[in-house]
Amino acid sequence: MRLAALVLGAGLSGMFGGSAAAPEDDRRAYVQFFQARFPAVPLDDYVLGSFMLNAAGRRHYEDIMAFPPFEPDIDRGRALWETPFPNGRTYADCLPDGGRMLAGTYPRYDAEQRRVVTFEMLLNRCRTDNGEAAYRYDDRDTMGVLTAYARTLSDGMRMAIRVESPEAVARYEAGRAFFERRIGQMNFSCANCHVQNAGRVMRMEVISPALGQAPHFPVFRGGDALYTLHARYTRCMEQVRAEPLPMGSETFNDLEYFHSYMSNGLPLKASVYRR
Amino acid sequence: MRPIPVLLAPLILVLAITEAPAGATESSGRRVAHDQERGNCLACHRMPADPGAETNADMGPTLENIRQRYPDRADLRQRIWDARAFNPDTIMPPYGRHRILTEEEIDQVVDYIHGL
Ligand code: HEC
Ligand code: HEC
Repeated sequence: MRLAALVLGAGLSGMFGGSAAAPEDDRRAYVQFFQARFPAVPLDDYVLGSFMLNAAGRRHYEDIMAFPPFEPDIDRGRALWETPFPNGRTYADCLPDGGRMLAGTYPRYDAEQRRVVTFEMLLNRCRTDNGEAAYRYDDRDTMGVLTAYARTLSDGMRMAIRVESPEAVARYEAGRAFFERRIGQMNFSCANCHVQNAGRVMRMEVISPALGQAPHFPVFRGGDALYTLHARYTRCMEQVRAEPLPMGSETFNDLEYFHSYMSNGLPLKASVYRR
Repeated sequence: MRPIPVLLAPLILVLAITEAPAGATESSGRRVAHDQERGNCLACHRMPADPGAETNADMGPTLENIRQRYPDRADLRQRIWDARAFNPDTIMPPYGRHRILTEEEIDQVVDYIHGL
């Protein structure tokens, strides 16, 4: 179901409907939807997640970000980043511009591999190309802290995900379909919470809009618990009592592709505090 | 008030006795409704008639005046069993159809919610 059908009722879905609707039409529709719901919030603030919606929460966030308790984890990530592979090369040697201002262009569709490639997969590619074993995508102590550092090298860049070829659009559409599919014993889709109910309160917690979610990962929940984007997907799936998919799985990669595209134009800000 | 006719007194006594188990059921219904692992109704609903119902939720309507609005408990039960019967696009979890709660727990929850 298209966003318009989901949130506005079937009557208006024709506005955005049609099987050939481009991802860019989707993105504009999301932006319009959220801006109508939160007219006072500037677009760049969406990367603050639910903190964008209340001044006290935002001050709390800013206080913690002034002296982040998770600094040691970022430092461990930096140490991994700077340690040369056995052949003497480093991640920076392996990546364009030393890996700076890069993360905001991932995920990408790779025509040769015929699949979506995430930034984490790119880091693993550096490892395997240099004779090292790949890290597991669910290992906080290796891939987790490494990305928590590596992504900060792209802080401030504007998200610029590209979905161009028909094959890329197909992966994007698969991601969107997962985002909108009802799953789990609780029968929820991601969109039910992060579009339809964004800004509303679930028990004590304000639900963040899907727009702006991808650019600020990983997060440190409670100030020290590292969650990569896929770890957060897993957590939300558990909450609705669905069998969580493996981190790094193709479905999560497709979801991340769609989810990140939605935030195109927003400023990347990695490794932040969350409740 | 007129004194209660002698003949009715035993009936009232019986009613009072049968109310007691209902009261007990009500408290287990409350537990099921509030428990995050079971009903977790407070994730979405406020219940102002129950001062212990701590939540800021606003995903579902406030549950109040239920007895007036659902004089027929079967209607209320049906909503909890599978709210999709009333709204196919609802976000309220289908407690009965998806076996999130047992039939007995649903009865208990209905008792509790009916009193809000
Ligand atoms: C039943 C409601 C619900 C569903 C369904 C749900 N989430 Fe969430 N999600 C939450 C809540 C509550 C939070 C924590 C508060 C917040 O939004 O930051 C959260 C947090 C997140 C965050 C972190 C936001 C941040 O700023 O740190 C992401 C990303 C996310 N969810 C993605 C998803 C995806 C993708 C799906 C579908 C697979 C999904 N969620 C399904 C309720 C839900
Ligand atoms: C994830 C959200 C959610 C949860 C959890 C939830 N509900 Fe609901 N409920 C709703 C929504 C939304 C409605 C509004 C009608 C609709 O969409 O079906 C609703 C409607 C109702 C109604 C009808 C209210 C009216 O004003 O007529 C009752 C009664 C009700 N819920 C009871 C419960 C009970 C009891 C539980 C727990 C066992 C529960 N709900 C759990 C979201 C929820």
